[in-house]
Amino acid sequence: MNSPTPQFVPSRLGIYEPIHQIGIWGENFKSNGNPNTSTSVIVEVDNKLENESETTSHEMLTASNTYEQEASKPIDKIQRRLAQNREAARKSRLRKKAYVQQLENSRLKLIQLEQELQRARQQGLYMGGVLEGSHIGFSGTVNSEDSVGIAAFEMEYGRWVDVQHRQICELRTTLNAHISDIELRILVESGIGHYFELFRMKSTVAKADVFYVISGVWKTSAERFFSWIGGFRPSELLKVLVPQLDPLTEQQILEVCNLKQSCQQAEDALSQGMEKLQETVSSTVAGGPVDEVSYIPQVATAMEKLEALVSFVNQADHLRQETLQQMSRILTTRQAARGLLALGEYFHRLRALSTLWATRPPEPSLP
Amino acid sequence: MEKVTSLASEKGLVLFSKSSCCMCYAVKILFQELGVTPMVHEIDQDPEGWEMEKALKRLGCNGPVPAIFIGGKLVGSTNEVMSLHLSGGLLPMLKPYQTLC
Repeated sequence: MNSPTPQFVPSRLGIYEPIHQIGIWGENFKSNGNPNTSTSVIVEVDNKLENESETTSHEMLTASNTYEQEASKPIDKIQRRLAQNREAARKSRLRKKAYVQQLENSRLKLIQLEQELQRARQQGLYMGGVLEGSHIGFSGTVNSEDSVGIAAFEMEYGRWVDVQHRQICELRTTLNAHISDIELRILVESGIGHYFELFRMKSTVAKADVFYVISGVWKTSAERFFSWIGGFRPSELLKVLVPQLDPLTEQQILEVCNLKQSCQQAEDALSQGMEKLQETVSSTVAGGPVDEVSYIPQVATAMEKLEALVSFVNQADHLRQETLQQMSRILTTRQAARGLLALGEYFHRLRALSTLWATRPPEPSLP
Repeated sequence: MEKVTSLASEKGLVLFSKSSCCMCYAVKILFQELGVTPMVHEIDQDPEGWEMEKALKRLGCNGPVPAIFIGGKLVGSTNEVMSLHLSGGLLPMLKPYQTLC
């Protein structure tokens, strides 16, 4: 046993304190000849520490000095050591949590800044055509709140896709396993609820930037190809589902047929409404004399009209939601489960198609 | 507001709209596809338009336009009409007012 020296040496990194303390106890135990099995781990640490510098051993000794005075029985020492370990582990976990949180915030901030930069660039291109001297208040301002809303949506959507994938796999294995309808119903309800969650998320981000939702930039390229007012066509949904649902009863066939027709009619109505909105905005922006410098009245009026775009995106999602709701009502639990599997698998394949397309080998150039 | 309720009961199918509203236009197209011709009141062209708008909001129409009345009773705005149509409930309500081609 090393003889203690009465020196005060400030400990270095707090994180290492417990290990020093473990080392101290290990030494004490060795000298006491305590057969406690928990010393085996401590001894290992102790061996590592013995290879360290003189300063370290001084620190250990100083600490050892303090603790020796407090300890009475070996059991007390073990308990105290364990408590110190727990405390150290707890603090370490808290530190890690804080660090990860900081990283997440920085990442969000980075995404936000990138988007702001992109917007500023786009607006820079737009402003390039404007005559000097016209000071326009609303241009060039980048709403950072909107950027954060979009960044948050992108993260949430990434998670949504992961959960979607898990649900599809679960549906597949469950359908093959022949479990009870009650248990299957639970899966169906959560599957439908998951789509409703997406519509809620979209509604929130549409308020921040409706163009973002409509552009479909948050989806993969193949999905975007089929995009209709910021999402999939309800009639498309039915085309994918129905072949997978055989056999259907006479009554079901009739109801599905009616749903297909009313879906198509509602879609057509919304599509024509969108066209009307495009015409309105276009004629507003183009209106007025072009030899005037200021176009503010035209653009300001167009802005008001564009507000309607949010209601169109919401109404399109409402149609998607109602279509899913009605199918769930018409079908049996098992059919609904097969339908959800078919739908989820369809979008999964579209995403795979997007990846394949992006990574296809380049076409050979002509000589 | 009396004007709104009296106009709503004038015909079997009544639509309160705004000439600049594209969602109102979409609903008009839907009725066209279903073979019905609603009585349309453009409240932005009505001198009492502001009161009519408030009255529609008070009746529970969250547009407030488009506001659809069938048989004098308020059906609702776009949301309600779309839900009703997809559930198969709209056509039976419109049947008495469908124009024969």
